[in-house]
Amino acid sequence: MSRRDILGVVALLAGACVLPFVVSEYRTFQFTLVLVYAIALLGLNILTGYNGQISLGHGAFYAIGAYCAAILMDKYGVPYWATIPVAGAVCLVAGFLFGLPALRLEGLYLALATFALGVSLPQLLKYHHLEAWTGGVQGITITKPDAPAFITELGLALDQDQWLYFFTLAVAVVMFVLARNLLRGRIGRAMVAIRDNHIAAEAMGVDNAMVKSLTFGISAMYTGVAGALSAIAIQFVAPDSFNIFLSITFLVGIVIGGLASISGALYGALFIQFIPNVADEISKAAPWAIFGLFLIGFVYVMPAGVAGAIRMAMARLQRKRQNP
Amino acid sequence: MKLKLIPIAALLAAALASPTALAQKKYDQGASDKEVLVGHINPYSGPASGYGTIGRSIAAYLKKVNEEGGVNGRQINMITYDDGYSPPKTVEMARKLVEQDKVLLIFQPLGTPPNSAIHKYMNAKKVPHLFVATGATKWNDPKAFPWTMGWQPNYQTEAKIYAQHILKTKPNAKIAVLYQNDDYGKDYLKGFHDGLGAKAKTMIVKEASYEVTDPTVDSQMAQLQASGADTFFNITTPKFAAQAVRKAWDSGWKPVHYLNNVSIGVGSVLKPAGLEKSIGLITTSYLKDPTDPQWKDDAAMIGWTAFMKKYYAEGDLTDSFNVYGYAVAKTLVQTIKQAGNDLTRANVMKQAASLRNFEVDVLLPGIKINTSGTDFAPIESVQLSRFDGTTWVRFGEVMGK
Repeated sequence: MSRRDILGVVALLAGACVLPFVVSEYRTFQFTLVLVYAIALLGLNILTGYNGQISLGHGAFYAIGAYCAAILMDKYGVPYWATIPVAGAVCLVAGFLFGLPALRLEGLYLALATFALGVSLPQLLKYHHLEAWTGGVQGITITKPDAPAFITELGLALDQDQWLYFFTLAVAVVMFVLARNLLRGRIGRAMVAIRDNHIAAEAMGVDNAMVKSLTFGISAMYTGVAGALSAIAIQFVAPDSFNIFLSITFLVGIVIGGLASISGALYGALFIQFIPNVADEISKAAPWAIFGLFLIGFVYVMPAGVAGAIRMAMARLQRKRQNP
Repeated sequence: MKLKLIPIAALLAAALASPTALAQKKYDQGASDKEVLVGHINPYSGPASGYGTIGRSIAAYLKKVNEEGGVNGRQINMITYDDGYSPPKTVEMARKLVEQDKVLLIFQPLGTPPNSAIHKYMNAKKVPHLFVATGATKWNDPKAFPWTMGWQPNYQTEAKIYAQHILKTKPNAKIAVLYQNDDYGKDYLKGFHDGLGAKAKTMIVKEASYEVTDPTVDSQMAQLQASGADTFFNITTPKFAAQAVRKAWDSGWKPVHYLNNVSIGVGSVLKPAGLEKSIGLITTSYLKDPTDPQWKDDAAMIGWTAFMKKYYAEGDLTDSFNVYGYAVAKTLVQTIKQAGNDLTRANVMKQAASLRNFEVDVLLPGIKINTSGTDFAPIESVQLSRFDGTTWVRFGEVMGK
């Protein structure tokens, strides 16, 4: 990391910490969702951007994470913060197991298999024999956590939305740091090698099968953690919350944000959180047409995603500075 | 000087005698001398976008009210958002309406899951969550959720009506019940038991349930027939309703057959079941059906058609959802009218719970809207109708409260 990068991250974090004190509760809630989506998008980006496996069913892992958190809180009285690692672990296993057979599938065929997962999960959640846990179509309502006592003792008065924002921010920072270390290391290089040329990767001693399944598992874990955070923030889970459109939205998010880019997850999250609302405000009659225009505009102007565009702009600026 | 003081003294005296006589204006966020700001959430996109027309007809009706001078001199402005029938989006939109747009109340969010998602929030924020568009019974719970109110007859109310009709016409009936094993089915079943009261134990000879995932209900129907029942309450969604209606006829059982309002579509249920096999089915209704020829010369429906042509010309004149939107919007306007100049959230909720014999002209004749501090179910009466082979024919009195 160059000094400029470190400065950028510090400035971003400082801005993120000030944010809930200068915007309304509702905006704070929206930014909490942005952070949640950013974690989910990071997960999908690890799979699709770095490893080249397309998933149209990540909404399913998001749902599994959300239901883990909701069921643990509602039925077993587990504190909200403890549900996050459990949701992550469950999704890691689920993703790894799904990744094993999915290995045989490449490209579009894998996309179809994951699509099947995405469309079927909401219906499975309504399944009668699971109703005792899932609450069936009615879903589960959970209580929003208050800021813990030590925060008040520190002299900070945080309301529920602000506390949840900081909690989500902390989880997001941990997840981003972990992802960065993973992707910059041996496993990250193996992932990229498989994406670029899996035969060459195999020849260099990369265990393709293992790395691909593991990547699927890690990706699902990220999405599951995001799902759990979303359940806590929204205070409600129901099968209708996790329709196939959610999975497509995630894919839109990583492409717009920038494939194979860690910061891209954040830009993508901002896009999927705010652009539909902007579109809805521009036209009530055809909000999705407006959304489509935004989408085409972004893809046209920034073919490598927002992160790619920023990278290119930075590079150009630097070149200019070096040879004025 | 003295003369000038007299009216002031009189006013003061009047004010002391009855504080409301002064008609002092009280406002919560979203209300002012000029306007009442109402929030609304509806699925305009997604799997339930067929209901989108309800939101558009409500908006059209409010436009008509505003053009005619508004309510008590105030315009009723409605902000409507699309939640795509997705509960997380409903939460976001409800928060936007309350915290950013600063509406006085939220009106008519649609669907049980979206409303469940904001149920706690609305009550914690003490913002009226009025006339929600779902048939679940849980919206009528003024003790635990004093800020939420339903509108249409709920499942339990409807089931109670069938129970009353059975008690009246066939007090010694032996009843069989088929129900879908989920919240919707159980809601109906509970209402039916409550309606029969102590006699439920002896009168209901057999209950059978099915799962939404079951391919058919044939085996359940065979069990029910074998029980020797002569009356059948059919709590099923369209696909299974068609199967049950057909089976009840084909097997030669032919009981007195009550079919829940969920599955009364002639095209979607009765045609597949066989129109001649559906003759004699009994169900309930509460709205005037725009396709029913008997309302051709009805003043209310002529008024509705004129309204549609003027304010919502692109709307479908055969779609009963547009009648629904018109009727529920009238209920909102009445509530705001009753609230007068005290447009606080508490008073809006109080007035919503003080609708007395309020009549909406597009409801069936004799159906009146009544609410109270302990009764948050506005429409609790319906009329029975019987299928004659081509259409549903209403009969008997309006039943219920």
